[in-house]
Amino acid sequence: MLNDQGRPTRPETFQAHTPWTFTGNRALRVEEPLLFEIGRAETTGVDLPEPEGVPPRLGAHRRTTPIDLPGLTEPEAMRHYVRLSRSNYSIDTGLYPLGSCTMKHNPRLNEKMARLPGFSDAHPLQPLSTVRGAVEVIAELGRWLCALTGMQAVAMSPKAGAHGELCGMMAIKAAIRARGEERNVVLVPESAHGTNPATAALIGMTVRDVPARADGTVDVEEVKRLLGPDVAAIMLTNPNTCGIFEPEVAAIAEAVHAAGAYFYADGANFNAIVGKVLPGDLGVDAMHINLHKTFSTPHGGGGPGAGPVVLSGRLAPFAPLPFVRMENGTPVLVETPAATRDGETPFGRMTAFHGQMGMFTRALAYMLSHGSDGMRQASEDAVLAANYVRAGLADLMTLPFPNHPSMHEVLFDDRFLKDTGVTTLDFAKAMIDEGYHPMTMYFPLVVHGAMLIEPTESESKASLDLFVATLRDLVMAAQRGDTARFTQAPRFAPRRRLDETRAARSPKLKWDRPAPIPPAVAAE
Amino acid sequence: MTLYSRDHEWIRIDGNVATIGISQYAQAQLGDVVFVDLPETGKAIEKGKEAAVVESVKAASEVYAPISGTVFEVNAALTDNPGLVNEDPEGRGWFVKLHVPQGTDTSHLLSEADYKAYLDTL
Repeated sequence: MLNDQGRPTRPETFQAHTPWTFTGNRALRVEEPLLFEIGRAETTGVDLPEPEGVPPRLGAHRRTTPIDLPGLTEPEAMRHYVRLSRSNYSIDTGLYPLGSCTMKHNPRLNEKMARLPGFSDAHPLQPLSTVRGAVEVIAELGRWLCALTGMQAVAMSPKAGAHGELCGMMAIKAAIRARGEERNVVLVPESAHGTNPATAALIGMTVRDVPARADGTVDVEEVKRLLGPDVAAIMLTNPNTCGIFEPEVAAIAEAVHAAGAYFYADGANFNAIVGKVLPGDLGVDAMHINLHKTFSTPHGGGGPGAGPVVLSGRLAPFAPLPFVRMENGTPVLVETPAATRDGETPFGRMTAFHGQMGMFTRALAYMLSHGSDGMRQASEDAVLAANYVRAGLADLMTLPFPNHPSMHEVLFDDRFLKDTGVTTLDFAKAMIDEGYHPMTMYFPLVVHGAMLIEPTESESKASLDLFVATLRDLVMAAQRGDTARFTQAPRFAPRRRLDETRAARSPKLKWDRPAPIPPAVAAE
Repeated sequence: MTLYSRDHEWIRIDGNVATIGISQYAQAQLGDVVFVDLPETGKAIEKGKEAAVVESVKAASEVYAPISGTVFEVNAALTDNPGLVNEDPEGRGWFVKLHVPQGTDTSHLLSEADYKAYLDTL
């Protein structure tokens, strides 16, 4: 018999149910039920008086059934989320070497700035005269982004990297239409992030794959072969997802431009080259910037993300609304088509309001506190950290592209696990037991059993030494035949290995309130 | 007789009907298959072009047609039970049946022995 929190209340049930404790908890490691399971309809955290004398204006749209939200006191709601957060792994708890994701530290100074009431309490519908500071932040951050990329204009509103890709590709589509042309093919290298072909497909274009060379890079001759009057753009990540700087990127840009197409750069790996290379100098026409990667705003559940897009002079006129225009040194927010001037032909609008204001404040705080020299140093340190990890592991793990120096991330394949009975997935799960978030695995697809490690500049040498030593121990254990350590992993995480296959084959997408226990059973 | 491609598709030709699927090796590499996207019947597919998409817990991959032909039947059982591809990839886990011209050239494909030898090089 279970009580209303799913807890056993009879000895014979709890014996089987909980090998260690009456509650199923293990000291501070709590088995947390769902909010809906602990909530009660008669409870509330905030007691508001029923509004009186408000004329009902909803008519037929008025809800007639209860919403069935869980009712919790404030302490209950607070405890629920704090307990859940203790099961989280985050950059605040440990190294987070997730390749192509740049999980860097979120400086607390950024948080302090974002919490200034003038920023944190601003509302997008306030009169502009009352949020001059917020508009300054949008303008100033935009100026920094253009300066750091060598680009002419910026669309600030996109809310994530993929959203930024969509924005940049829509600008390209608008530019092609403005020339009176119709081009519907996008070239995407094999090593691309999955979002690239997805973005192209979303705007009705077809994808033409660019095969990778044996060394994981893109061959300009191959690009030339695939270019034609039907090609709108190439989408290229540089440094690429193998952690390699594309050696022919400038020649690729030149070939793409000569064919009348545009060069979209995926800026996910920008952290490797800030202050070192201007994407504008490489011939980039549009590039999204993940503020939550390169510019240290929260990432992965701590979000929200933010994906502003920088644009070349050729695409600048098509920047979506809203955008900032400088007038006599004062930033003016252009919000409607009616407010545009000659030469401003926005392709539309990506968001209801102005973008991720809270993230803008944090990213600008990062830029101002680091300065251009500090950001260059961060990029150099990120590349150094990746190469330090590479040097520490290269004799035990296998590098698919040993002749290319790594940039901000190092890619290994699974040849070192051959015949051990341990897969890349098993290896990653064993890292969880050791207290590390695994690296990106099985991506990029151009190598077998990929493991992509990006330590970022946030890690000290001591932290990297411990990480390398741990991975060395794991590799040696796998090669010794200590297979169960891997196939049984994770053994110490809040949850053991999940059944990914069943989750994908028969996903359960909706929680249904279980039927109440019939009184006959309840009375036992 | 079953022939194989270097992309790990298998093909069995019987008169003017060709049945296509993915090899035992391919299913093992993919891991548990969770979704199979099959073409419309009546669709003409060129040699080397996408005939289907197979999605596993690891990745989504294209299945290429080893020879050109027109789809006349797809394995509807895979829609409800994509696991068939893992259980019996070279039998009940087939993907599509194509109408192919008599005497289609298959010289670019590998015999079972040659395919096994090719796998040993991977």
